[in-house]
Amino acid sequence: MREMLSMIVVLTVLTAVSGGLLAAVKVKTEPQIEEQVLKFQKAPAIKAIFADATNDPIKERFNVKAEDTELQVFPSTLADGIKAVAFEAKGGGYGGPIGLMVGVNLDTDEIIAVRVTTHAETPGIGSRAKEDLSFVGQFAGMSMASNFDIKGKGGDIDAMSGATVTSAGVSQAAVAAQDLYKKLKPEIVKQMN
Amino acid sequence: MAQSLVKEFTKGLWAEIPLFRLVLGLCPALAVTKTCENGIGMGMATTFVLLFSNILVSMLRNIIPTKVRIACYIVIIATFVTIVEFVMQAYTYELFLKLGIFIPLIVVNCVVLGRAEAFAGKNTVMLSAADGLGMGIGFTLALSSLGAVRELIGAGTLTIWGGTPLFTIGHGYIPFQFMVEGPGAFVGLGMMLCLMNLIGKK
Repeated sequence: MREMLSMIVVLTVLTAVSGGLLAAVKVKTEPQIEEQVLKFQKAPAIKAIFADATNDPIKERFNVKAEDTELQVFPSTLADGIKAVAFEAKGGGYGGPIGLMVGVNLDTDEIIAVRVTTHAETPGIGSRAKEDLSFVGQFAGMSMASNFDIKGKGGDIDAMSGATVTSAGVSQAAVAAQDLYKKLKPEIVKQMN
Repeated sequence: MAQSLVKEFTKGLWAEIPLFRLVLGLCPALAVTKTCENGIGMGMATTFVLLFSNILVSMLRNIIPTKVRIACYIVIIATFVTIVEFVMQAYTYELFLKLGIFIPLIVVNCVVLGRAEAFAGKNTVMLSAADGLGMGIGFTLALSSLGAVRELIGAGTLTIWGGTPLFTIGHGYIPFQFMVEGPGAFVGLGMMLCLMNLIGKK
């Protein structure tokens, strides 16, 4: 009995202390990590989406808020005068959340391009969603009102063979982007003018 | 005391160097040593975890009940690995991207658990710290030398830190790409082991 009690107490105390420690480290490093993600993940994705931007979308980023959802958006004016925004949405992949940066033309509500940002998918399998542009390329030119589910779920997106879960995760992120856009577009337009 | 401290520290550097003598921790060794830089980064992360998990395991060795010691060791190790993961994300993000999934996998690295079980659980804090540091530096040396060999043969470059090659073998050299791919890791490690055994025999 004594032995069992000591096992329970030691394990409980140990896990509780390490949980607390990790929470403290996470709080301390979070702002720095966000900065790094912006620099190494979001910025390259935005540059790829708005290849012909005439401004610096990263510098001009701002937050919009409506109905208790807050979103960081990256505004851009393209070479032909078109106003566009990029923002990130998340979907659940195979190894954790997948971040998807979506660039939308504000006049026509059409997607300009999308890119995968942060992910923890299997190297060489799910990670193709980021490296091989033929999958995310499907989204370019689609209207924000289309069905972004993969074909297996009745949508319009071809999944990557061998990486169905990742494909569905990216689709899910695109659907989340759809909701965000619907909810926040008026606010975005207001703030950009 | 001082003498045994030195002994515990130096055994990890040569006589019991993890990768080549103990042949432990092969999973990260084979997977990340495509470049010398990756080897150094992975080695440093492992050294940090080894040092602190050894210290903590040794400090708690009289409190931890034997029946749940492995679970306790894993909790301690996993905590330090997660700290390393956060810190790497915050300060060396590019390296974090390259090492990717193999950072969290340090939790199940046999070198770390092996030292906790075989050494730190039975020895004093000072000796365990010396052992952890020595083993960690040895592991770093092994990973970076394997990485250097593979990178030199497989890509014709040598990268120490920061992503840009320190030097490149002249244009006439055609890289033997096999060496930076998965199977090349086994061949590279095998040749290094062979070399170590040859030297060790004398």
